[in-house]
Amino acid sequence: MRESSSSLAALRQRVARLADSGAPSGGGDGGWLASGHADFDAAIGGGLAIGKTHEFFAADALDATSAAAFAALLALRTPGAAPLLWLRTADAARRAGHIYAPGIAELGGDPDRLLLVETADPKMLLACANDAVRCGGSAAVIVESWGAWPALDLTAGRRLALGARDAGTVLLMLRLNTLPAPSVAETRWTVAAAPSTALEADAPGAPGFTLDLIRWRGGPAGARWQMEWNRDEQVFRGAALSGALLPVAPGRTAVPRRAAA
Amino acid sequence: MPLADARAQIGDLAVVPHDPVADAAWLDRLAQGCARYTPLVALDAPDGLILDIAGAAHLFGGEAGLVADVEGRMDRLGMTLRSALAGTADAARALARYQALPAPDEAAAVRRLPVAALGLEAEATTALVRAGLKTIGDLSGRPVAAIAARFGAEAANALRRLLGDAPSPLDPRIRPPPIVVERRFAEPLGSSAHAAAVLAELAAEAAVALGERGKGGRHFRATFFRSDGLARSIAIETGQPTRDADLVMRLFAERIDSLRDPIDPGFGFDMIRLAVPRIEALGAGQLRLEGGAANTARGAAAVDELADRLATRLGRGRVRRLRSADTHIPEQAQLAFPAVEAPPPTPWTATEPGEPPLRPFHLFDPPQPIEVIAEVPDGPPQRFRWRRTLHAVRRFEGPERIAAEWWRRRDNAGLTRDYYRVEDAQGRRYWLFRHGLYDEKPDPRWYIHGVFA
Repeated sequence: MRESSSSLAALRQRVARLADSGAPSGGGDGGWLASGHADFDAAIGGGLAIGKTHEFFAADALDATSAAAFAALLALRTPGAAPLLWLRTADAARRAGHIYAPGIAELGGDPDRLLLVETADPKMLLACANDAVRCGGSAAVIVESWGAWPALDLTAGRRLALGARDAGTVLLMLRLNTLPAPSVAETRWTVAAAPSTALEADAPGAPGFTLDLIRWRGGPAGARWQMEWNRDEQVFRGAALSGALLPVAPGRTAVPRRAAA
Repeated sequence: MPLADARAQIGDLAVVPHDPVADAAWLDRLAQGCARYTPLVALDAPDGLILDIAGAAHLFGGEAGLVADVEGRMDRLGMTLRSALAGTADAARALARYQALPAPDEAAAVRRLPVAALGLEAEATTALVRAGLKTIGDLSGRPVAAIAARFGAEAANALRRLLGDAPSPLDPRIRPPPIVVERRFAEPLGSSAHAAAVLAELAAEAAVALGERGKGGRHFRATFFRSDGLARSIAIETGQPTRDADLVMRLFAERIDSLRDPIDPGFGFDMIRLAVPRIEALGAGQLRLEGGAANTARGAAAVDELADRLATRLGRGRVRRLRSADTHIPEQAQLAFPAVEAPPPTPWTATEPGEPPLRPFHLFDPPQPIEVIAEVPDGPPQRFRWRRTLHAVRRFEGPERIAAEWWRRRDNAGLTRDYYRVEDAQGRRYWLFRHGLYDEKPDPRWYIHGVFA
């Protein structure tokens, strides 16, 4: 949904701020998970707000790694040693692959901050996610799900969002191989892999991401960013020109193709 | 006797190499079985068991009856048994191993033992024999100080232990838990809620006992004894030592909720016991001047508690932390430990500034087979089919050659892998490898091992 005018968006933002300041525990304004990309952060009011829910949809089942890495990098960029809770179902390793700590270290994150929780089924995943968001002291809680998740209806989503607000944690929902659906999330993103800037001898370069903001409670949605992760400076950057000049490959759609498991 | 001589004497001699590990495992199984006689069973490697039967012998009709029972069972297992009963563990051990002739009483039997029964090193034993001291009786008549001066303090100590003048404590296979609190009831307790309340009281008592010792528990086990003889145990574990009774009770509540079959009081519990088998040092916590612990410490403690709670609910293997392992085989380079017993972190491989990530974010274990079209047989892939989708490779880097760990395998088996980092036309980056060089294998297979961010 696009906002028709910027003044309406500004009004909405004000209302949202008022609503937050009136919240009983006042955990809503706890800062941001910033990307380090100045334009990106400014466009969404400083970054992903802490105390809220944010949803990352993989544009395609094959983009699962890009979505997961983007969420993890946002959380692990934060200074300090606060742990990152990552909840997934036991069959996620077979579908998307094991979370590989040396790879996280290669991206500049600290794998020792990771606490992995694997549940038997999506129902238990929701129960554990409710406990995890209510536990203060984590850098972020990532809840990874594959395919449709009927248990996560609006009520369950609202419960998670309230838990995150009260505890002052940030909940990153990683939705793989499914289509965006209405929810109570503060922001909703589609993440896809982007061609990297080639290194010498045409070697693949730093990780590239294409981000589409498809919903934002605080303002207009519909923006698209091409970003690259710079490991040495621990920031996201706009993709370099040579990458942007690459033709967009045909057959790229927002509709996920179901991957053969 | 050399093997050749033995074979010359008996033609069809069966020869089996000595397997000390299997022997140790068998001794351990025998020790498990001996728990029927007494809980205090100690291993006397490589081929002995020491049982403390104080207060347990009457159940088998006295000492003679117990020995007969042990002999009968060992005979059925095909074991040759030498046994002895004595007032101390060392005396019993020496009598069982070295007694040649029966003696009127224990003291006389010990005095008749050869000096080898002291269990000293071969040189010390030889020295004793050369000095004309052939039996324990010869030694025991002499002043201990003289023995210590001439044959070493170890000889004197061994003699005193054997004669019962110095303590020879047992190291039982199953150690009794250091802290046990229990409550017995005159009338059986019929309600689960009441039992939980009693468990909470016991947890508070255990917390006080832990605090007195400056310790915290890592492992708690509650046992409910029913009046009809059935006992049900439930256990919890924590990642950090604790003596917080409320935390322990929350974990027990979590465990009781997750039980498939709830704890059934039946005709009532007549005893509830809480044991703390594993304790670790835990200093007194200090509050800050303005009250409350430091903010970061509180956050870390909250996450630790969450990990314990989820591990109690889901199973300890379901809540994990990743640690590095010192190997270059990609799938073995990370170890996932249960969070309750994760070792302290070790550093990960350092990265080169300016390099792209060389290891994927997601790893497939086992690697998934793919179909690859390459320009030349040992060249980089041009196209590959994975999960029924064809990917055209736009960019690649490689090969990164990773050899098998030949030093671990006797037959020097294991194929070399040639890894390629590739990017397809859609901009997704994959980690592919060819399993085997062309001179190792005629038609090596291709696999996808991971996906880069």
